[in-house]
Amino acid sequence: MDQSNNSHEPVIVFEDVSIAFDEKKVLSNLSFTLLHGQTKVLFGVAGAGKTLVLKLALGLLRPDSGRITVLGQEVSAMKEQDLFALRRRIGMVFQESALFDSLNVEDNVSFRLREEHVPQDEITRRVADALRFVELEHTVKLFPAELSGGMRRRVAIARAIVSDPKVLLYDSPTAGLDPVTSTTIVELLVKQRDVFQTSALLVTHRLQDAFTMATHAFDRKLNKMVLVPPETDWDSKTSFLVLKDGVKIFEGDASEIANSDSEYIREYLTQ
Amino acid sequence: MQFSLTDIAKRNVLAVQEYSLLAWSSVANIFTSPRYVADTLQQADIIGVGSLPIVVLTGFFLGAVLALQSANSLARFGGLSFTGQLVSLSMVREIGPVLTGLMVAGRSATGMASELGSMQVTEQIDAMRALGTDPGKKLVTPRVISTVIMLVVLTVISDLVSMAGGAVVAVFMLRLDGNQYWSTAWQSLGVGDITMGLIKPFVFGFIIATIGCYYGLSARGGTQGVGRATTQAMVAASVIMVISDLFITQLLLNFFPFK
Repeated sequence: MDQSNNSHEPVIVFEDVSIAFDEKKVLSNLSFTLLHGQTKVLFGVAGAGKTLVLKLALGLLRPDSGRITVLGQEVSAMKEQDLFALRRRIGMVFQESALFDSLNVEDNVSFRLREEHVPQDEITRRVADALRFVELEHTVKLFPAELSGGMRRRVAIARAIVSDPKVLLYDSPTAGLDPVTSTTIVELLVKQRDVFQTSALLVTHRLQDAFTMATHAFDRKLNKMVLVPPETDWDSKTSFLVLKDGVKIFEGDASEIANSDSEYIREYLTQ
Repeated sequence: MQFSLTDIAKRNVLAVQEYSLLAWSSVANIFTSPRYVADTLQQADIIGVGSLPIVVLTGFFLGAVLALQSANSLARFGGLSFTGQLVSLSMVREIGPVLTGLMVAGRSATGMASELGSMQVTEQIDAMRALGTDPGKKLVTPRVISTVIMLVVLTVISDLVSMAGGAVVAVFMLRLDGNQYWSTAWQSLGVGDITMGLIKPFVFGFIIATIGCYYGLSARGGTQGVGRATTQAMVAASVIMVISDLFITQLLLNFFPFK
């Protein structure tokens, strides 16, 4: 895993990005930068354009205007054929997991490795590592339909991290899950952030998940995330960005969002 | 929601453009790596071996009924001995390719549309792109190659089986000489007939696979959308195949006219 400490290097840069569907603007002049090793949490109600940001970063959609740069390459100007190589360095966790339902867990997780013709021994080892990371080693031969919703999300995380991506994109990984399973998923995201220093964009509408990420660190000895006392001088590497009707209305850290004067954000926080 | 004629026209032009791009890239992908040989063989098994029973059954009975019907007409002119020739020429030049094409369209174009459609509406296609794999290369091209090859093979089998069906009727019901039936059936076939009979499934296979994949990858709107895509794939593949049959026949008749 890449653990180099180049935290000022931008990983994802959006510059004045806009996109419309059927003449309705869904994102308007969105600009932000995600630095190496950082996690940026995108908030917003349903339809605010959060998922769109991830799809644009992956090049699955193209903006009408503006520039998107990912890992130093201008995604918004690349051909689909050139994007495939870049996407192999990015991990994406889809909202509904998007596991291949005709493949078992092992084949789902190893999909990218097989595409890259990695030797079988290494595939077996890396799949085992990835499934151990999400604590699902026992599910290798099961099919997605045989897994619970939470397990499917964890397999999707394993599939995203198996090839050691430089950046991870999480699309509402806790949506529709019970609080216990949600906490398990958030713990995995914290672990990925703190142990492997992977940069990440996290889309969610659940404030508690984002605040958990901003206030917890992964303790390798205890093998679980622990609450960091507020007085501790500690960089959570987690920032927040709030979208409202496709427009950025806030960008800052946990304390800034908690003390925001914006009526919309205050209302959002209290709900 | 109301759409003007311009919107409908634009949508249709866009659909033709997207289909053309998919069809073109399915061929262009053959010449660039990665190539998915295992997926192509798996599809060949599903399409070819899987379609064999219906192709054999329909081919046999259509050949038999063709012999029965034509014998009735031929007998009026004292040409009952030409039954074998009529069955073989009709089947090889026209009915074999079209019948096999329709059977495979019913089975495989719908199968492709529903499989790829389900993947599309559950974001599996996007997931594949996100994992750095081109769905065109991984899903479309193997289906196009295997459908084209297997449809040619299935058509040849259908032709042979239908002649056998005709032979059964000729020998056991019309009391014709079996050797005479087979010799007239074989001898009447020229290079032009066989060429026509092999070019058609080649084109039909391409139409079936690209239409099936196109409707699957264009599916929107959940399970209802997948159902719609499946039906449209069957209808479009069959209609386009039959229409193209007329043009191919006309074109090939210039090169291989009837003797």
